[in-house]
Amino acid sequence: MVCVPRDSTALSVGADAVAAAIAAEAVRRGLPVEIKRTSSRGLFWLEPLVEVPTAAGAVGYGPVEPEEVPGLFEAGFLQGGRHSRSLGPVAQIPFLARQERLIFGRAGVTDPQSLAEYQAHGGLAGLRRALSMAPAAVVDEVHASGLRGRGGAAFPTGIKWRTVAGAQAPCKYVAVNADEGDSGTYSDRMVMEGDPFLLLEGMAIAAYATGASHGYIYVRSEYPHAVAALEAALATLRAAGWYGARVQGSDFSFDAEVRVGAGAYICGEETAMIESIEGKRGMIRYKPPLPALKGLFGMPTVVNNVVSLASVPAILDRGAQFYADYGMGRSRGTLPIQLAGNVKRAGLVEKAFGVTLRELIEDFGGGTRSGRPVRAVQVGGPLGAYFDASLLDLPLDYEALAQHKGMAGHGGIVVFDDTVDMAEQARYAMAFCAIESCGKCTPCRVGSTRGRELIERIVRGERPRENHAQLLKLCDVMENASLCALGGMAPWPVLSALKYFPEDFGLPSERQPAHVV
Amino acid sequence: MKDAVLPRPSRRRVEADHPPYDVTAVAAVLERWAGTPGNLLPVLHDVQAALGHVPPGCVAQIARALNRSRAEVHGVISFYHDFRRQPAGRHVLKVCQAESCQATGGRALTARLEQLLGCGLGETSADGAVTLEAVYCLGNCACSPAMMLDGRLFGRVTEAAAERLLAEARQDA
Repeated sequence: MVCVPRDSTALSVGADAVAAAIAAEAVRRGLPVEIKRTSSRGLFWLEPLVEVPTAAGAVGYGPVEPEEVPGLFEAGFLQGGRHSRSLGPVAQIPFLARQERLIFGRAGVTDPQSLAEYQAHGGLAGLRRALSMAPAAVVDEVHASGLRGRGGAAFPTGIKWRTVAGAQAPCKYVAVNADEGDSGTYSDRMVMEGDPFLLLEGMAIAAYATGASHGYIYVRSEYPHAVAALEAALATLRAAGWYGARVQGSDFSFDAEVRVGAGAYICGEETAMIESIEGKRGMIRYKPPLPALKGLFGMPTVVNNVVSLASVPAILDRGAQFYADYGMGRSRGTLPIQLAGNVKRAGLVEKAFGVTLRELIEDFGGGTRSGRPVRAVQVGGPLGAYFDASLLDLPLDYEALAQHKGMAGHGGIVVFDDTVDMAEQARYAMAFCAIESCGKCTPCRVGSTRGRELIERIVRGERPRENHAQLLKLCDVMENASLCALGGMAPWPVLSALKYFPEDFGLPSERQPAHVV
Repeated sequence: MKDAVLPRPSRRRVEADHPPYDVTAVAAVLERWAGTPGNLLPVLHDVQAALGHVPPGCVAQIARALNRSRAEVHGVISFYHDFRRQPAGRHVLKVCQAESCQATGGRALTARLEQLLGCGLGETSADGAVTLEAVYCLGNCACSPAMMLDGRLFGRVTEAAAERLLAEARQDA
C-alpha cells in the first residue's frame, strides 16, 4: 500500500499527479498497488509526501515529483527501499517526533472519510463517554481542562458552555467558526479536510453539554475541499446514527449543516458570522447581549472555533487532568502552531503552550527558506504584532505575548527575511483593515484609510514627525474606540513595526538597532 | 401640497433597466432553499454558480421570494467580495495578497500576473480569458505564494509556473 495525501496544500503542489503517476507505473509494471489517500502530516515542505507502511512503521519519500515515480519503483519503494527522496521512518523525522499531538494524532495516517479508521484510532470515544454523563458534568470536565478558545480571543470554553447551558430558551445552537481568515493559519482547514469526524464529534459534545439541537459550520469559501469533506462526513455520521434524531438510541437529537462564507474576513468575528449565517451583511453586533445568551436567530448560541472543538474529544476521552497537564500558566493544553511565510520547513507544529518563537522558527522551521536572516515575525494573523529578532525567546503563551502587546491568536507565525520593508507591511495592515472593515464603527471604517494615508506620508518624508504623532493618536483611537478586534487590533502590526523598525519609515531609531539572527 | 409627491419609479420600470437574465434558473435556486432559515447567502452562491454572476435584475426576484427588501438583498450582494455583479472572464485567477505570500515573493508574482494579463486586480484581460482577483489567504501558507485558478489551488508558485498556467488557460477559449 502507498499513502498519498489529499490535503489541499498537498494537492496544490501536485499530490494528485503523483498519485496518478504511481497508479500508471504500477499498471505498467503489472504490480498490484493500493493507493490510499490520507490527510497530511502537516510536514508541508515535504509535500507531496508519499508514505509506504512497513513492518518498522511508515517510510516516507518527499517531496516527490511525478517524473521521479519510475525511479521510486526502481528503488523498491514499495518495500521501503532507499531513494534520493527517502526520509526514513516518518515518525522519526525530528519535526514530527518532537511534537505533542493531541488534536492531530491522526494527521497523515487515516483516510479522512473512513469512519471505521476514525474509530480504530480512538475516534468517537469522547462522544461516547459524554453521552454516558450528565450534560452539566461534561461542561465541568471541559472547564476543568482549562481549554480556552483557539480562535484568537482565548475565552475559557467551559465558561461559555456553562452560560449557554444555563440559558432558558426554546432552541439553542452550536455555531462553528471555520472562517479561518488569518494569513499564516491553516490548522482549521487541516482538521476539516483531514479529520472532519473529529470536529463533528466535538460539535456534538458541545451540543449535548449545552442542550443545543442544531448546528452550523461556517466555512470560508476559500476552502472548497473542507466544505466537501464536512458534508460527506456529516452524511456518514447521520447514516451511522451519530447525528440526527435520537443519537445512538439516546434522548439526545442533534443535526448540523455547513454554511459557506463569501470572502469577508470580518465574518470570522463571532457576531458578524452570526449575521452572515442569518443571511445578512456581516456587520458586527454590539455586545452585550452575548451570543451565548442571544446569538443566532436570537437564541443562545455556542460559538467555538474549529480547533477548540477539535480539542474537546480528547478532553472527554482522556480526562480534564490529562489535557491540563500540558501547557503553562493559564494556557493549558496544546496549540497547533502553523509555520508560514519565508520559512524553510513550513508546517504544523502541535505543542504544549510555552514553546518559544526561537525553537519554532529555528529548530522546527530551520530558518528562512531564502537562507537570509530572519528580520521580522508576525504572530497571530494580520492583526498580530510584528516582533524583531530580539524577541524570539518569548514563549508562546497567551499572557506572555500579551505583555509585549502581541497575541497567540490562532497560532499562525509568518516569518520574513531581511528584504522585508516594514513600512509597507504597516501600510498593508491599515489597507487590509480598510478593505475588510464592516463599516459599522467610525474608528475602523475611517481610521484605517486615514492610517494608511498617514503611513504613506511618513514614508514620502512629508512632515514625518507630525504625521508620526498623528498616527500614534489615530492608533490610540482605533484601539480603544473600535467595536471589535479588527479596528481594535489593526494598529498592533503598525505600532510594533514603528517600534522595532523605525528606520524603514525613515524615522529616527529610538533604540539600538536590533541584531539579526 | 397634498399632491406634491415625488414621482416614484414603478417596480416594473426598475426591473426593465437591467439586462435580461435566466429567471427560471434563479427560480430553481429559490425553490431549492425555500423555507431554510437564513438562506440568502446559499441562494446567492447557487445563483452565481448557475449564472456565473449575480445579475442585478434578479435582486427583485430574490427579494420577493425571501420577503426581504431589494435594498437588503443588494446590500448583502455588495458586502461580500465573492459575489460579482457582472460576468467574469472565462477563467478566474485569484492571487493571494496576504502576509505569508508577501513574505515569499507574492507581490512580485502579482505584478507579473498583471503584466502578463494587461489588467489589474479586479479586472479582466482584454481577450476576456482571465479575470484577475485579489484574495486574502487561501490557507496554503506553508507553500506560499499561492493562487487559485478556477477553484484549483496552486502552491509554491514561481513566476514561470504562473506563466505556464496562464498560457494554458488562455488557449482553451
